[in-house]
Amino acid sequence: MSTETKPDIDIDRSVGDFRYEMDYAYDAGVGLTEATIDYISDVKGDPDWVRAFRKEGYRKFLEKPMPTNWATKDLENIVFENIRYYLAQGQQPKRSWDEVPEDIKKTFERLGIPEQERKFLAGVEAQFDSEAAYSNIKAAVGEQGVIFVGSTEGLKEHPEIFKKWFGKVIPSGDNKFSALNSAVFSGGSFIYVPPGVKVKHPLQAYFRINAENFGQFERTLIIADEGAEVMYMEGCTAPKFETSTLHSAVVELVAMKGAKIQYVTVQNWSSNVFNLVTKRGLAHEDAEIKWIDCNIGSRLTMKYPGVVMKGKGARGEVVSIALAGDGQHQDTGAKMIHAADNTTSNIISKSISLGTGRSTYRGMVHVPKHLKGCKNNTECDALLINTHSRTDTYPAISVRGQGNAVQHEASVSQISAEQIFYMQQRGLSEAAAMSLAVNGFVNDLVQQFPMEYSVELKRLIDLEMEGSVG
Amino acid sequence: MSSSHSVTTLAPTPAHWPEWFLQEQQKAWDLFQSLPLPSRRDEPWRFANIKATDLSGFSVASPVKDASALVSRSSGLADLSAKLVFGNDSLLHSEAAGLPAGVLVLPLEKAAKEHEGLFKKSFMTAEVRLGSKKFAALHKARLCTGSFVYVPKGVAVQRPIEIWHWAEGEDSAIFPHTLIVLEEGATATVIDRFVSSRDERSLAVAVNDLTLGKGSRLSYVGVQEWSDKATAFHLNTTEVEKDGNSTALQMNFGGSYIRGESDSHLLGEGSRSVMLSINPASGEREIDQRTFQDHFAPRATSDLLYHNALSDSSKTIFAGLIKVEEAAHETDAYQKVRNLMLSDEAEANSMPGLEILADNVRCTHGATSGELNEDELFYMMARGIQPKQAAQLIVRGFFGTVLERLDHPSLQEHLGAILDRKLDL
Repeated sequence: MSTETKPDIDIDRSVGDFRYEMDYAYDAGVGLTEATIDYISDVKGDPDWVRAFRKEGYRKFLEKPMPTNWATKDLENIVFENIRYYLAQGQQPKRSWDEVPEDIKKTFERLGIPEQERKFLAGVEAQFDSEAAYSNIKAAVGEQGVIFVGSTEGLKEHPEIFKKWFGKVIPSGDNKFSALNSAVFSGGSFIYVPPGVKVKHPLQAYFRINAENFGQFERTLIIADEGAEVMYMEGCTAPKFETSTLHSAVVELVAMKGAKIQYVTVQNWSSNVFNLVTKRGLAHEDAEIKWIDCNIGSRLTMKYPGVVMKGKGARGEVVSIALAGDGQHQDTGAKMIHAADNTTSNIISKSISLGTGRSTYRGMVHVPKHLKGCKNNTECDALLINTHSRTDTYPAISVRGQGNAVQHEASVSQISAEQIFYMQQRGLSEAAAMSLAVNGFVNDLVQQFPMEYSVELKRLIDLEMEGSVG
Repeated sequence: MSSSHSVTTLAPTPAHWPEWFLQEQQKAWDLFQSLPLPSRRDEPWRFANIKATDLSGFSVASPVKDASALVSRSSGLADLSAKLVFGNDSLLHSEAAGLPAGVLVLPLEKAAKEHEGLFKKSFMTAEVRLGSKKFAALHKARLCTGSFVYVPKGVAVQRPIEIWHWAEGEDSAIFPHTLIVLEEGATATVIDRFVSSRDERSLAVAVNDLTLGKGSRLSYVGVQEWSDKATAFHLNTTEVEKDGNSTALQMNFGGSYIRGESDSHLLGEGSRSVMLSINPASGEREIDQRTFQDHFAPRATSDLLYHNALSDSSKTIFAGLIKVEEAAHETDAYQKVRNLMLSDEAEANSMPGLEILADNVRCTHGATSGELNEDELFYMMARGIQPKQAAQLIVRGFFGTVLERLDHPSLQEHLGAILDRKLDL
């Protein structure tokens, strides 16, 4: 292909590739000790039980082994001693735009969030480094009784609501990284939607990382009470740094009887980020939890959103798109735990590997004894673009007893030379033809994203595809 | 040989092997001693009942009581070209009828002595990759005898070769071995029969190595009918050169814990490996199968089809991996496991895996778990068939689709009859 139409893959991220000198009012230094945790708790003014929770998490973090018996050895390249575990402006989350510091506003502008658009957002919880620097809840949402706050504020101001479920869907000892998050979490969103309230607009949060060697450990808990409905959207861009950055979030969803939660993520960290995330939802009777997950960035992403279907008739769904470019490893998947009769789950995963990229699907479907009428459907399709691209599929399916139906199917394919030839005959360049074919491959899933995300996604896929042929 | 010799503590007693092999056995024994037992954290042992891998309660088997009774019970296919009968790892009987010139059907230790080069080239040369390295080492260290089947270039052995392996004695351990070497363009059909003489607790650590030269064709069937109290490891390696064609079927009817490892190496362009398994699991049986379809060369095909029917509180584990190495372009690889759940207490675990490092490949895998089709049951019951028998007929049909993949009508019929007997049809 001609070189002028072959921009480097990173060009897309140059929009976010900038830094401002920050005056970090609170900086816990590098490395993690019990003193770091006390420091974080002191700065944030944690209640005693949160401090104890952090210390318990720290103890479990030290105990837990790295999951390298099944996961990639690349994890061994994380140097925990070199990471900053807490950084903040030391500000309370801002209520009004005027109170937001000038240079932070600049960052938002570079991110391309016009102020005009914010008005239409139901609420913006913009996380700048560790602390929510700006949070704006549209009056209408507040009037409906929806609580949409940062994690620190949520635990401090509304313990009666959040304490009950905090750390219950994902216990801190679930894995090494959920334990780490439990020890040092800051930022993230806590949302409570009262019974019967259907939040019309999606709630959004923008995240950024803006310091070298700085780990980001946000914690999100969303509770939709009986019959409530909410959609949450999370998108990430990050500036480029020379050394690796660790991002390790914990996201817990609780859908009470008949409630619906949709959680949308577009992950586009820069290619030096380790993105090790634990996401799980608990669906009560007739509730529905749907994870829509798209992973484009990072060096290594390990993320397997799960749904525990605890009540009869509950439903879980994971829709996942992964794009692994040069040097990237997208290790994603889904976990579906059926724990009541007539629960149904659906997993649709599509991955594209290009250059030396590697995409991995790991799945777990579990149907325990004495359940009836449980159904799971899993489809995994992988597309390989280049000779050195790689894809793996590792599902684990356990079914006990009869009366349930579980099916898993996976396929690996490539774009056929015929398709490309056909399009080239009609005047498309090879890269454009490739792009079109890839967009066709993921199109049915992209359409499940909210409109603005699907537009952005298509554009991102186009950019990643350019220069990948020839 | 005293019957109190625990297989895991006392060093093996030398058998009739050449000196160089005895040294190999000593090395294998040291390896066995040095390797740790599998643990829960080992991915190749995920879901498995780790307790079953503690073999310290088993002792070296004593000679069988009544060899002629076992020989007369070794009645399988009518039309054979050769038959070997082993009881507790010693040869009880051998016969051959009209084997083509150059074809060897020998006890393993004799092959090691008389055909040292051939033996060394193909005996347990591949790395044990699916978890049982320790147990393969034990097998090698404890090996007394086994069968060696060699078919020279261009020779076709028309009628099947049948090999019987009997286990006898409470807590006794045996180590059956079948080594098959087909030279370029050779053809053969081999059936291994694994049987317990009585309803006793016993251990078998069995190895079969299938080596297929260019353009050769092998049909291999293992029919496992150990007692319901038995623990058994069946470790297979299949290596297929250019245009070679291997079809291997495992039928598991017995055992308390059965661990099967099947490792297919598609080494040559256009090679083919068909991996089949029929598993009626009942009682408390655990059938733990790990498979590997490793494509090294372009334009090769592997095709795996495993059918499990689970009744009572039985448990199955299937962990299969298709790996397409970087050079293996235009690979066709398929993998399908189906679990038919016949009881509320049964448990089926499936881990069908793919690792694709080459492009331009066609790979699919699938795993399903379901129950008996109500409509089919109703149809048969409406025609006066009792519910239990109707269910058995559906199970028979479910296994029949695997059996049909054997490209060998008389063998199909023979195995079908065994299946009917096992299903009480």
